[in-house]
Amino acid sequence: MLTTKLIDTSKCMGCRGCQVACKQWNRLPAEETAFTGYYENPVRYTANTWTRIVFREHEDAGGKLKWYFSKQGCMHCTEAACEKVCPAGAISHSATGAVVINRRKCIGCNYCVASCTFHVMSFDQRENVSAKCTLCTDRQAVGLAPACAKACPTGAISFGLRTDMVSRAHTRVSELIARGVTKANIYGLTELDGTNVMFVLQDSPSAYGLPERPRVPVAAYVWNALFRPLRVVVVLALGLALWNNKRESEAAKPAE
Amino acid sequence: MTNHWIDYQHSDVFMNIGGNTAENHPISMKWIEKARATKGAKLIVVDPRVSRTAAVADLYVPIRPGTNAAYLGGLIQYILANNLWHKEYVENYTNATFLINEGFSFDDATGLFSGVQDDPARNAKKYNTATWQYQRDEEGNIRKDPTMEDPNCVFQIMKRFYAKYSLDNVSRITGAPRNLLEESYKLYASTGQPGKAGNILYAMGITQFTHGAQGVRAIAVPQLLLGNIGIPGGGVNAQRGQSNVQGACDVGMLYHIVTGYMACPQQGAHPTLEAYNAASPGGYWANRPKFMASMLTAWWPGVPLEQAYQYLPKLDGKDHSHMGMYKYMGEGIVKGLIVFADNPAVSGPSASVKRGYQAKLDWLVCVDAFETETAAFWKDPAANPREIKTEVFLLPAAIAYEREGTKTNSGRWIQWQYKAQDPPGQAKSDLWIVDKLFKAVREEYKKGGKFPDPIMKMYWDYGEDPDANLVAMEINGYDATKGRTALLTTFGALKDDGTTACGSWIYAGYYSNPADPACKRRIRETQGIGNHPNWSWAWPINRRIVYNRCSADPAGNPWNPKVPLFWWDGSTWHRNDVPDFNATVPPEVSAKNAFIMTAEGCGRLFTTGLNDAPLPIHYEPAESPVPNLLYPRATYNPVSQRWYKDHTCATGDPKYPYVITTYRISEHYQSGAMTRNMPWLVEAMPELFVELSEELAAELKIKNGEVVTIESYRLPKGIQAKACVTKRLKPLVVDGKTTHIVGMPFHWGYMGMARGAITNDLAPSVGDPNTTIPEYKAFLCNIRKGV
Repeated sequence: MLTTKLIDTSKCMGCRGCQVACKQWNRLPAEETAFTGYYENPVRYTANTWTRIVFREHEDAGGKLKWYFSKQGCMHCTEAACEKVCPAGAISHSATGAVVINRRKCIGCNYCVASCTFHVMSFDQRENVSAKCTLCTDRQAVGLAPACAKACPTGAISFGLRTDMVSRAHTRVSELIARGVTKANIYGLTELDGTNVMFVLQDSPSAYGLPERPRVPVAAYVWNALFRPLRVVVVLALGLALWNNKRESEAAKPAE
Repeated sequence: MTNHWIDYQHSDVFMNIGGNTAENHPISMKWIEKARATKGAKLIVVDPRVSRTAAVADLYVPIRPGTNAAYLGGLIQYILANNLWHKEYVENYTNATFLINEGFSFDDATGLFSGVQDDPARNAKKYNTATWQYQRDEEGNIRKDPTMEDPNCVFQIMKRFYAKYSLDNVSRITGAPRNLLEESYKLYASTGQPGKAGNILYAMGITQFTHGAQGVRAIAVPQLLLGNIGIPGGGVNAQRGQSNVQGACDVGMLYHIVTGYMACPQQGAHPTLEAYNAASPGGYWANRPKFMASMLTAWWPGVPLEQAYQYLPKLDGKDHSHMGMYKYMGEGIVKGLIVFADNPAVSGPSASVKRGYQAKLDWLVCVDAFETETAAFWKDPAANPREIKTEVFLLPAAIAYEREGTKTNSGRWIQWQYKAQDPPGQAKSDLWIVDKLFKAVREEYKKGGKFPDPIMKMYWDYGEDPDANLVAMEINGYDATKGRTALLTTFGALKDDGTTACGSWIYAGYYSNPADPACKRRIRETQGIGNHPNWSWAWPINRRIVYNRCSADPAGNPWNPKVPLFWWDGSTWHRNDVPDFNATVPPEVSAKNAFIMTAEGCGRLFTTGLNDAPLPIHYEPAESPVPNLLYPRATYNPVSQRWYKDHTCATGDPKYPYVITTYRISEHYQSGAMTRNMPWLVEAMPELFVELSEELAAELKIKNGEVVTIESYRLPKGIQAKACVTKRLKPLVVDGKTTHIVGMPFHWGYMGMARGAITNDLAPSVGDPNTTIPEYKAFLCNIRKGV
């Protein structure tokens, strides 16, 4: 049974409780940041930052200001570029549809990070593995909702069976349209064959900094078609190349 | 709050003015969103900038800081001029029909009411309110005019007084575009229809002004006119900014009240208990002698009441508010200071001056989880520690989850919170620290002292490791003739003869059953309207919505039958709440006394209860870019005390051309003492910033993210912050002139993990004449590029 996280941006008020809850549950240390002129911080995804509230200001033709908040991170795509390009088979879909990284299989090649449709994956240089939102598979395993959904005060983040989330999203979009939010739409319903993080947006995806037509990069398809059958060979070749790399970076790793 | 958080789900229109619900009370948005989703409720946000609450609003109205009363006066005018008031409610439950003394008058030129006098001691004005009183017949009954046509009736006085608050005038003053004013008034006034509920929610953006109490009154008056008090989804809802500030006020932590909002006795006016009791206000307050006697018995059991009253410290005519205390500290009168979980060196007005005053203390004790700027005032980069002789003690305190006790939320729900874990190191709970302190003081008094009795005879036995449950039982109250475990279930049982003890009368009943204290109950209701009567306990007597007689018409039919609080079936009341009225008499009788706490039994559109005005009035802040456009010769609130000479700049001072307002953001909490030591929150909001419009930034050639200097009259050298250039702030047109507004959070200081300048170094030490709350929310500044 697929489970999905539904993020209703019309209920999000940008409090960032989810951003902090993610760090707390996953024991991700804080980053050193600086104020750059915007509320958004940290400014990029890293191995220690898996989710961020993205703030976007727009002025419509009438001069009316919209300030959009959206909680972004791994979309858990069905058609997942990261999975396609992974030469080690370290990235797969869980039974509930989450895209998960097997850290033991990951060889640290970084291809997934480079191919990610949404640019939300990062590379953990200390551990030499890729890192991203897990959709709290550990919490799901014991019947708990993801930490971000648990922390959200307004119910902007909900979590449940995909079928339920899809119907909830449809209902909400109709409500919003009736309320005059004519551009309200669902994002992630069909995109990339359905993403297991789905949005209710009040405006076009680009207004939130999301790609209008997300797709798996052509290179990823090519890579997948050409090399997947030869995975063992590729892994061996890459492994050899990266082994040296890993040794060097381990030497450079600061003492704990 | 008159209502409570969950009750927000019943509102039809919300007006969020002087508050930032989404950022500072995030959980409340759950109920606002529910009301919007289930019944199409609308949210109006009135704020100088597009806050995160304004971002999710249906209608946003920009407003110049410091002009709330003008905006709300405009709402009153709109309601009156367009006959949108709730007729039956106003006629029956308010003092609209009451006649005021014929000598009452108002001077449009000076903005002063009749009875004004000089008050040289406070360097301000004061009022003799003789002409503000009701007219009475020979028998002492208040004269009324049910037709509301008598020129001296409250309704007619209001119509005359608010005629000036026209859309055009309010737009000139506030800078809010006329069309948005009208749209917001029209939408909000729609809740005047019977069965509709309008909810005004606010916080410090209403109160932190020299006219803060006028702002609150300016909320109460339209709520009465629209019939929005005492009903589900309605109310005057002050959203508290600290998890237990409500509880602290309830048990007497403010200087001008003792427990349960009883006025603090004054040495001059109330030398004896008899004199204090004789000064009891009317209405339900006629029972105050019982509440005071019970408090005295709780503190000094067995001591005759009159003697116990003499033990109680009394006000000596001096101002003991924050600003008074620091002024006396600066004058060397206050020599020692104990600070619990407070950081005035960051959060006080003109904070840099206050840090300087602390250097005059002989000793300072700070009880906190971190070393705050207040404890480390001598580490101020501007200070010279070699010249500071103050002895400073820092006591490590347990934080909320490391101790047990109750917290009272904004909706007056008293909820027991259990300890989750032990505090680290030597940190102790506040109760433990107070207990040890009191016992040590008592040891000293055993050796003698000037007046040992109040200390030696006070009841103080909560165990070696003090038990919060025992304290709770004393606050709850007991039958003193039967012992401390004979707990009371209601304040109705309190007596004025010393046979009952009760720490805070409004809490009587919250801990009456030690086996199952109401404040520890956590039972969700399965049917009802969301009042959850068995989830914790709300004061008074578990009443969830106060003034609730007003939820039904005089005949006892609820205005909104879909969400009934009470309904009369011809012989008895059915209820979804605890009545705030005499439910043993027919509805027509209780309708005459719908506001039982007031002497006249009615909601007050016109009041003698405040020091500065009987009707909410627009005064400019102490520092303003424009004179008072309604009352040309008016100064800022004339009753407000002038603490310091040469402290604020002149109206329209060209050196300080911009209006500045200060606020909180969701990532940090108050002075930042805790949150600036929390890496994840520091990561999210690492540095102090100043928000300014793209227009002002272009004028000053300021780029987004660069460091700028903000100067005020009190701090011409200014402080530094990073610029946040944004579309969310726009210049407003005030009286025909473009006026720039800037905003700053105040969470930073020079201690902790994330450091930055102290915004409140800029703010003036001026305050409201009723509450003395400082004016943080509107003053003038200059901004320049660079350091």
